[in-house]
Amino acid sequence: MLNVALPKGRLGEKVYDMFEKAGFECPSIKENNRKLIFENEEVGVRYFWVKPSDVAIYVERGAADIGVAGKDILLEYEPEIYELLDLDLGKCRMAVAAKSDFRDNPQKTLRVATKFTNIAQQYYLSKGRDIDIIHLNGSIEIAPILDLSDVIVDIVETGTTLKENNLEVFETIVPISARLIANKSSYKFKSEQINKIKDEISSLLEA
Amino acid sequence: MNTGDLTLNFNESVIFKLRSLFSKCGYSQYKMNKFEEYDLYAKNKDFLISDSIITFTDTNGKLLALKPDVTLSIIKNSKDDINYTQKVYYNENVYRISKGSQGFKEIMQVGLECIGKIDNYSISEVLTLACKSLKAISSECVLDISPLKIITDVFEALSIPSYSQHDILKYISEKNIHELSALCSELELSNENADVLKTFVTTSGTPDDVISSLNKQLKGVIDLNSIKELSDIIDALDEDIKNMIRIDFSVVSDTHYYNNIVFKGFINGVPTSVLTGGQYDKLLNKMKRKSGAIGFAVYLDVLDRLGNNDCNFDVDMVLVYSDNDDIKSINKAVSYYTEKGLSVFASSSIPKEIKYRDIIKLSDCEVDFNA
Repeated sequence: MLNVALPKGRLGEKVYDMFEKAGFECPSIKENNRKLIFENEEVGVRYFWVKPSDVAIYVERGAADIGVAGKDILLEYEPEIYELLDLDLGKCRMAVAAKSDFRDNPQKTLRVATKFTNIAQQYYLSKGRDIDIIHLNGSIEIAPILDLSDVIVDIVETGTTLKENNLEVFETIVPISARLIANKSSYKFKSEQINKIKDEISSLLEA
Repeated sequence: MNTGDLTLNFNESVIFKLRSLFSKCGYSQYKMNKFEEYDLYAKNKDFLISDSIITFTDTNGKLLALKPDVTLSIIKNSKDDINYTQKVYYNENVYRISKGSQGFKEIMQVGLECIGKIDNYSISEVLTLACKSLKAISSECVLDISPLKIITDVFEALSIPSYSQHDILKYISEKNIHELSALCSELELSNENADVLKTFVTTSGTPDDVISSLNKQLKGVIDLNSIKELSDIIDALDEDIKNMIRIDFSVVSDTHYYNNIVFKGFINGVPTSVLTGGQYDKLLNKMKRKSGAIGFAVYLDVLDRLGNNDCNFDVDMVLVYSDNDDIKSINKAVSYYTEKGLSVFASSSIPKEIKYRDIIKLSDCEVDFNA
């Protein structure tokens, strides 16, 4: 039995559709109930819904053999996993945004508000820029408006939220999309099944 | 639960098996101090898994550290003799940051080091012992070997800039073909050269399959001698050991310290590798030594979930006596049941804090108190 961690929400549903088209269906997952674990013994898969940011933990710790996680989560937490496939879903970018009239003054420490402290730190470290990280858990866009920070590092999908708050993207750090990930140990003992899923989905993506 | 099972827990029994395995092959135990001079780690920080170290100042003002690693201490105290092979094993605690809690953790580690003249026999002996160590833990195990030298030879042949090598190794370790492809385009590598690099992600499996595939794919790219050398070492292994080995380039280590081969052992049911090792002649070169070295460590902290010692009961039996019972009779009853191999908790009241399989009053037990 292969345990698959799917991210709850719209992205997870799209991902499940992909697994279904690839031949790893589990009809009970589409029933309208509050169950979190669904199994199809016939095809040998067990799906479970988890919080998107927790998928990588389930996979790294072996509770799930494979899963689908955003590249943002993989870059932020750097889990010890295999990143087998770019699913080309949930596409967005990790970007630096600020008020339209922002000018980066290199003589001052740059105040960066973000939920992704590791990504922000690595990015500015690579540029040799001195920063002050302000970790926030949500509504990051408010930070520059209230002068809590100079810039924000956050996920930008369409840019509408930024625009509505008079912010604009100044730099793109990295493009983001959903990735198929696998536990390293599971891959050793269930490689046939994992590769079958990977290859089927890969063919779907190429079609 | 039988008290016989309680004598050794799973980890302890693994330690005993490994010690016996290593000493039978002429490895002698290396005992070391818990502390080491911090300077040793400061000079070789990249060799350590984590650069966070617990330090303190000794009474003489020297900065000491609680050992985060065993290998460096062994190397420091070994002789630099290329005509002799020193073989040692250890069973020590190391102190490292735990990824989960972000706090320091004491980790029991058992391993071995082979230092001095490292020939193909030494490598095959260490690989055999690594496989046997895994087998001593569980029959469902695999040893992944990565011939790092082949990767570095390809880097040299394709003139991969050193600033990109780290990223390429990272993508190989993640089996991340999509980002490796993107990096190849960024580096403006030809399709043929990009395919050579992608070989390291797409090629893994039994030694025979991988070696034959590498011979085809790397022909004309690098000198095939390093593949021949790997093939010779693997062919010399016993068939049952060879069957446990897979070649998988996703096992990568710092190429500034490791050369030739690196390896990791996996056990079914344990989410991370339980054994890591490799040949690290470059570390010795950095320490201005002529000799080579190869070794591995088994991490016992990740084996906690294995073993059959999980039991639903704290004791087999609770023996309840009253204040009027004489101590001699209680002792006699306890001895009677413990000699039968049961664990017994004698108490004047029924304990609420422990789980027991059975409960018996002293007055009801089958012991002949007059005998």
